[in-house]
Amino acid sequence: MSMATTTLQPVERENYLNKEYGALSWLFTTDHKRIALLYLMSITLFFFIGGFFALLIRLELLTPAGDLVQADTYNKLFTMHGMVMVFFFLIPSIPAVLGNFLVPMMIGAKDLAFPRVNLLSWYLYIIGGLMMLHCMLTGGVDTGWTFYTPFSTAFTNTKIVEAGLAIFVAGFSSILTGLNFVVTIHRMRAPGMTWSRLPLFIWAHYATSIIQILGTPVIAITIVLVAVERTLHLGIFDPKLGGDPLLFQHLFWFYSHPAVYIMILPSMGVVTEIIACFARKRIFGYSFVAFSSIAIAVFGFLVWAHHMFVAGISIYAALVFSLLSYAVAVPSAIKVFNWTATLYKGSIHYDAPMLYAFGFIGLFTVGGLTGLFLAALGIDVHVTDTYFVIAHFHYIMVGGALMGYLGGLHFWWPKISGRLYPESWARLAALIVFLGFNLTFFPQFILGYLGMPRRYFQYPQEFQVLNVLSTAGATVLGVGYLLPMMYFLWSMRYGKPAPDNPWNAAGLEWKTTSPPTTFNFEEEPIVTWEAYNYDELDAPRKEGVPIAR
Amino acid sequence: MPDSTLVGLHHEEEHHPELLHHFADAQQQRDSASLGMWIFLSTEVMFFGGLFCAYLIYRRWYFGDFGAASKSISAALGATNTAVLICSSLTVVLAVWAAQTARRRLLIGSLVITMLLGLTFLGIKGIEYKEKFEEHHVPGASFSFDHVPIPGHPDQYANPRHAEIFFSLYFIMTGLHALHMIIGLGIFAWLLIMAWKGRFTPAYHTPIEIGGLYWHFVDIVWIYLFPLLYLIDRHP
Repeated sequence: MSMATTTLQPVERENYLNKEYGALSWLFTTDHKRIALLYLMSITLFFFIGGFFALLIRLELLTPAGDLVQADTYNKLFTMHGMVMVFFFLIPSIPAVLGNFLVPMMIGAKDLAFPRVNLLSWYLYIIGGLMMLHCMLTGGVDTGWTFYTPFSTAFTNTKIVEAGLAIFVAGFSSILTGLNFVVTIHRMRAPGMTWSRLPLFIWAHYATSIIQILGTPVIAITIVLVAVERTLHLGIFDPKLGGDPLLFQHLFWFYSHPAVYIMILPSMGVVTEIIACFARKRIFGYSFVAFSSIAIAVFGFLVWAHHMFVAGISIYAALVFSLLSYAVAVPSAIKVFNWTATLYKGSIHYDAPMLYAFGFIGLFTVGGLTGLFLAALGIDVHVTDTYFVIAHFHYIMVGGALMGYLGGLHFWWPKISGRLYPESWARLAALIVFLGFNLTFFPQFILGYLGMPRRYFQYPQEFQVLNVLSTAGATVLGVGYLLPMMYFLWSMRYGKPAPDNPWNAAGLEWKTTSPPTTFNFEEEPIVTWEAYNYDELDAPRKEGVPIAR
Repeated sequence: MPDSTLVGLHHEEEHHPELLHHFADAQQQRDSASLGMWIFLSTEVMFFGGLFCAYLIYRRWYFGDFGAASKSISAALGATNTAVLICSSLTVVLAVWAAQTARRRLLIGSLVITMLLGLTFLGIKGIEYKEKFEEHHVPGASFSFDHVPIPGHPDQYANPRHAEIFFSLYFIMTGLHALHMIIGLGIFAWLLIMAWKGRFTPAYHTPIEIGGLYWHFVDIVWIYLFPLLYLIDRHP
């Protein structure tokens, strides 16, 4: 499908972007769309900061010797990379940007239920982010993003408390976003927008919000305990003082495992929207895809101890957690199979968002299946704390979550900015990201399987070829990320004005103007159709066309 | 836009100064606020849940030490505070009822008494903390819990390290609870000002309701903290 174009309109209609100008109109806005853009700018900044750390890590690993940075610096690099990417980019990425922008519009609401709370959540994110920046600039943290005790509370002399509080504050921001979404989805749906007519993007965000609401407070109290223990020299997690370091790991992973689903579920929602649109088909098995999101959220809370198989938990507990971890594969597989079934006999268009969606399916499948390797008690012992684990979770978090984020950004960019992005550049960037990603992370599966441990800044000579491949891939990947940023910025000024529905997509967000007005719709929409009614949308076009058999 | 006049009329009909633009009517706004507060309270349950989890593990590990440490806290002060909080829950309910039935004086009176009870609670808590400080039961460098027999085992002394974990949890749990109480007092001070200005009517009193929900939650946390911290080894 080529992008539809319209003639340049000399006078722009009033919309959320041009209604008011000036910094204050942004900093005190309660419009969910403007807050989404505030988030977009802030998380992009943190993405490039985190990416900078990744670049230094990959450069250090170019050679077997630890020659670029000192060992201590290297510890800080991978720690700050993890903390920034997880807490300040991936967790807010899709929910706070695309979710913020789209949740009210997709359900036909004027705004989120609590617009001021929404703005508060952005300010909390910024306060947390500034604390994290300050922490980085004044020395950083060297524990790994996992804060394991007692190293974090009794040994390291880096800025644990400050980093912890930064994450604590950013966590509040995440909770408030989730809370706002749940209330909005329950209470603000337009007439006729029943639960079974909701776009699956909404179901995915509903499931995500449940995890944000129930999981984040647990990491918050864990951080409080670590900070108090470190400051006052208590013994809650310190075995020397009678405490239990495993308790810390349980509490930490009780949040941090479901947090992975905070990152991947919204991405699945994005991919579902894209696939339906670019295959011009109703999603196969709507209710299965919807409830698989809820199932992932629920099961996700019951598998945390698979991060602790070698930490000394009882073998019986390990057995149960291993089994439950396999259970998560069921709803995940339902999604992959249903996307594939949706594509079957679809009228498929290879536009940039769809390329990202395809990339997502492939990379998520690899990441998910290798997750099963890690959930298996025997194999896990062999590959624990190796590059196999690194490769696995990057396939989920970068190959999955980030591909979905980029796909969604392209898909909804005409709606967000009112401009079309350059399609051929975008397709090129999608290919570069996919190739660069695989070149970066596939060698790491092999490295890990051969026994290269994570978090080491030196390695034996025989691992160098694979590490060079990985570093080369990372540079390609870096180009793939810089390209969209450049042409998105370019399109804001020079892009063709976007029509209201450039993809001829279903969904309420496409039934309003591009960009939308401040209250989203001229009149309150009344929904009388099912989600993804592409057969109805395309019906007039198909008339007179002989049906190929 | 022919519909805009219709929309305008519709809004005028239902218009209330407190109705925010993005809600269709007051009912939707009230339901949203109430659901939002319930969800927020579920996050609070998980927040305290982490602490209760830690408590249960160490209580099982260091059973006798926890008993001995618990016995050193004044159950009388704890019981008084429990009574104080239960009374404050009653006055909160009265405040909600007063707002619903437009009894402004009762509303203001109930809010004031609630706040006074909250302050009483914090005062008694302060006395309790002072006792602990004087007895060197505050975890840290000056902590001491030597030669305290384990209840039921007069020949065994409690391990000071393990008792210190009890007191760590005691101070963190009651401290966070007190912090919630202080935030609650702030919320109620704001409610009092609004009530004083006559902002609440039978048609609009959502802040009283959701502020009350928060207060009740803080009370309920105490209802669990009291037996776990004060009463675990009080058998005769």
